[in-house]
Amino acid sequence: MGLVIYGLINSLILALMAIGFALAYSVSRVPNFAHGALYILSAYLCWIFLNNLGLNYVLCIVLSIVITSIVGWLIYELVLIRVRGMPTSEIIASFSIGVAILEFLRWQGLRGGTYTLPVFAPGTIYLLEVPVDIQRISVVGIAVLVTVLIWLFTHYNRIGLGLRAIAQDERAALMLGIGSDRAASIALALGSALAGVAAIVILPLGNITVTTGYEVLIFAIAVCICGGLGSWTGTIVAAFVIGFAQILTVTFIAPHYQMVVALLAVILILIFKPSGLFGTQKELEERV
Amino acid sequence: MTKETLRRRERLDRGVKVRADTIYAVSSAKEALFLVAPRAILIVALLAAPLIAPNLYWQRVICLIGVYALLAIGFDFLAYYTGLVCLGGAMFIGIGAYMAGIFNMYLGLDPVVTIPLATIIGATICTLLLLPALPLRGVYFAIISFVYPLILARIICATNILGGTDGLYDVDILLNVWTNQYLILIVVLLCCFGLRKLVNEDIGLVLRGVKDNDQAIRASGMSITYYKAMAVFITALMGCFGGAYLAHLYGFCGISLFAMDFSIFPLAATVVGGPATLVGPLLGTIILIPISETLRAFGTLRIVFYSVVIVLFIIFWSEGLLNWGRRRYEQFERWVRV
Repeated sequence: MGLVIYGLINSLILALMAIGFALAYSVSRVPNFAHGALYILSAYLCWIFLNNLGLNYVLCIVLSIVITSIVGWLIYELVLIRVRGMPTSEIIASFSIGVAILEFLRWQGLRGGTYTLPVFAPGTIYLLEVPVDIQRISVVGIAVLVTVLIWLFTHYNRIGLGLRAIAQDERAALMLGIGSDRAASIALALGSALAGVAAIVILPLGNITVTTGYEVLIFAIAVCICGGLGSWTGTIVAAFVIGFAQILTVTFIAPHYQMVVALLAVILILIFKPSGLFGTQKELEERV
Repeated sequence: MTKETLRRRERLDRGVKVRADTIYAVSSAKEALFLVAPRAILIVALLAAPLIAPNLYWQRVICLIGVYALLAIGFDFLAYYTGLVCLGGAMFIGIGAYMAGIFNMYLGLDPVVTIPLATIIGATICTLLLLPALPLRGVYFAIISFVYPLILARIICATNILGGTDGLYDVDILLNVWTNQYLILIVVLLCCFGLRKLVNEDIGLVLRGVKDNDQAIRASGMSITYYKAMAVFITALMGCFGGAYLAHLYGFCGISLFAMDFSIFPLAATVVGGPATLVGPLLGTIILIPISETLRAFGTLRIVFYSVVIVLFIIFWSEGLLNWGRRRYEQFERWVRV
């Protein structure tokens, strides 16, 4: 039973990590390799506000998420907008921004131990006789909430509908007067904010470290590739597949192989169904 | 109302360039010199560098320049001639180094044997590992090549094989400083000019086709996976040679050889030196490595420095050093009234 509950929680953690990347990619078609860096940045900012400025925890959370989303927006407006459509430069530019942020934080002395965010509420409760701490429960709650909010946003809000239109058919959306660059910058800002939300919900469970930043990037992209780049349902489903696979390996084999599981999932998907579980890109299928 | 004068800049090939492109290249010393001079300056400067280097430290730096240049040229070749963005230079270095370490320590082979052996076997392993991502375009290759060095380092740590976190530290050391330097410099020059030759052959055309329109290549009855694998293998050969060489240079191979430096530096060197030129990355390396050596005291701030350089060059000067220099060398500009 514990396996099921922790598998579920792990899956939702992965989904939270990936959903920002998926949103930004599906709208702007720019793979945001700075995603992991933004994740760590927001947690680090929150830590700074909390410990160096001594602000209220809720205020810290809001501030750090807002700043992260502004950083994401700036990354698009200042850098990515100039290289959009050139896949090589897109990857090089966003990757080096991410590396710059992460390694700068490492140089600042961000490693292990001292950098931890407080949990929302201490304590443990028993779900079907399995002990689960409240932080993990809130991860589940917020993951579900975020998913629902995004769904509502993209189905009932003017801007959200615009984003979805760009994601589905850029030219048709342009004809209807939806600005592609504007949509992309909103998507990047929103994606970064989601990375920030994920960080602040998930990181109280562990330490804020630079390595986590790289891991989050890898997990996020692995989940998106398995689900099919650009498909939001696929992202959620793939998060569950990889999440449970990870919990199974951790329980039955060894705790070090979470990343190997993610990589294996990507490789298997690329070999057997390159467009992903719910991928819409038919041309990928034809290639192999 | 004042009459507006519109001007534009016109670029024309210099006469000597036009003549040097044709058979006239052999007709006079001037044209021949025009063609030979840039190449000769590069070759002579590289070969003379070990003689000028003031002490052992700078001779070591020259060796490092060689290793990084191999990675950077390989990155340029993969990214701008084949369309595969490789974020895992560390993978080539690490696998090459560990291969050399294994052959040297467990099988007791001599460096003369281990380096070529590690180069070829390491490159084969790298190509096989990267094979699943090759049939596709897009971010797949970038992310997979980025994951491997992290995972390999972690597996070595976790399972404690191959010396675990301590690494293998009894690898034979290449003692002669002169062979060290000339070995790597000559390999760099061979790779650089060899690849330039290669991309102008038929296969270079096919590779560029793979980058720009791979469906056309498939329609011509050629397998894109095969050609991409070949390009990856060539790059991996260079990277693994660099790794095996580093292992024998330091007498050590450990998980530090899977470090981020090796992955991000080739990007910086390529973007600074001029993408899609193959010589540009070499120039970029020659410029960036001494700068980063002076920044060594700042630790990981070096990586930040590379990354910032990359972003600035991509925004403000995306043609890079060599493309600019080449234009100035071959063409002249003038303002003309429109």
